[in-house]
Amino acid sequence: MDKKNEVILTIGHLKKSYGDTEVLKDIDLEIKSGEVVVIIGPSGCGKSTLLRCLNGLEKTDEGRILLHGEPVDPKSAGIFRMRERIGMVFQSYELFPHKTILKNITLAPLKVQKRKKEEAEAEALALLERIGLSAHRDKYPSQLSGGQKQRVAIARALIMHPELLLLDEITAALDPEMVREVLELVLSLAKEGRTMLIVTHEMAFAEAVADRVIFMDGGSIIEEGTAEQIFHYPKTERLQRFLESLKFD
Amino acid sequence: MESIITDLGFDVLFKGNNAMRLLEGLLVALRISMIAVLISLPLGGLLGVLMSLKRKGIRFFGRLYLEIIRIMPQMVLLFIVYFGATRAFGLKLSPELSSLIVFSLWGTAEMSDLVRGAVQSIPRAQYESSAALGMNTAKTYCFVIVPQIIRRILPNTINLITRMIKTTSLVMMIGIVEVLKVGQQIIEANRKSSPNAAFGVFATVFLLYFLACYPISLLSRYLEKKANG
Repeated sequence: MDKKNEVILTIGHLKKSYGDTEVLKDIDLEIKSGEVVVIIGPSGCGKSTLLRCLNGLEKTDEGRILLHGEPVDPKSAGIFRMRERIGMVFQSYELFPHKTILKNITLAPLKVQKRKKEEAEAEALALLERIGLSAHRDKYPSQLSGGQKQRVAIARALIMHPELLLLDEITAALDPEMVREVLELVLSLAKEGRTMLIVTHEMAFAEAVADRVIFMDGGSIIEEGTAEQIFHYPKTERLQRFLESLKFD
Repeated sequence: MESIITDLGFDVLFKGNNAMRLLEGLLVALRISMIAVLISLPLGGLLGVLMSLKRKGIRFFGRLYLEIIRIMPQMVLLFIVYFGATRAFGLKLSPELSSLIVFSLWGTAEMSDLVRGAVQSIPRAQYESSAALGMNTAKTYCFVIVPQIIRRILPNTINLITRMIKTTSLVMMIGIVEVLKVGQQIIEANRKSSPNAAFGVFATVFLLYFLACYPISLLSRYLEKKANG
């Protein structure tokens, strides 16, 4: 792992619009090595778009994104190399349906990183062991539950040894009873000191995992702080209203 | 035993080189359909990919082409190309070339629709998750997208091939002597000596088509099973 407290990702004055709608209004954010940052906010606040910009899946209009000082730019030839260093897990898992679980995990290390087959498979098997799915190595994604698929998707991202892991609402498509197995895996990654930027609607999980919580609304960062500050001592009215809207009493 | 063979009209098969002629007729049918398949698959694949792009002009003409080919009975198409082209444009197309044109036009149209549907059915997120793993466009297509497209179109493509083989029976209408026509000729020639030849000959023709198409169906079932893991 990198040295703690070293800034690895810098987002400066990031702006993006779809037509006339500004989805990201001048976002500034720094992420340090080993930090777990959770972004919360109402639907459509721009949090998923921000995440997608960070590995070049969306073009930005203005501003810059730097990983260790190198720009993340979807128009540059270096974007593929940058994406190897920034892993991403999606809401709908997006495993490759025509490949077995093991091959889903080893495809990118073999074809993108050109690693040796034995080495990549050994690491994939170790990851499968860790996520408790060794017995399923030769099954196809359609034979797995949602929670199992999402854990495989995380393993598939981990094997690339990313410096930063982006998790985009990874439990939003799961049945409630499967959410826990996925979140526990993420929690264990956090304990290992992995740098992660997480978008989630699971507030209890956000509170448990986050070093820092960011509240976004209307394309801007409204408030940020520790989980304690954000969830128990919200300063802005918008955050208070958002947290209120999640309660039932 | 011998009387049963004669009663059912199978005896004509053993007269002269009738059996051999039927087999040769089958080869004519297979040659036409296979050449048309070899032309249709790549052309249809290409057109299907073009159709999946959201270009209005290409889609309009592709759609028009597909609908025209689908609406017209294959026999009408054969007549248009063979008789029509000769009359209207003074082109002397041989029957075999005419049938190759018609079968290729038809196969290309059907194939393009299969490929278009398959390409459009691959979710955008498959491209994105490949990109997120650092794959460039070529790798994404090579390892993720194209293999999925191939599995999706496989069963229907094999179905199309067997349909093309069977439909070659129409080419006798423009004078090609393929297996069905040979059968008719044998029946006609032996009307006096073997009045029951029709059953035996057509049963044999049926068997020949079956022998040509069944292995392809088996292959399709095997590939489908393999594709579904």
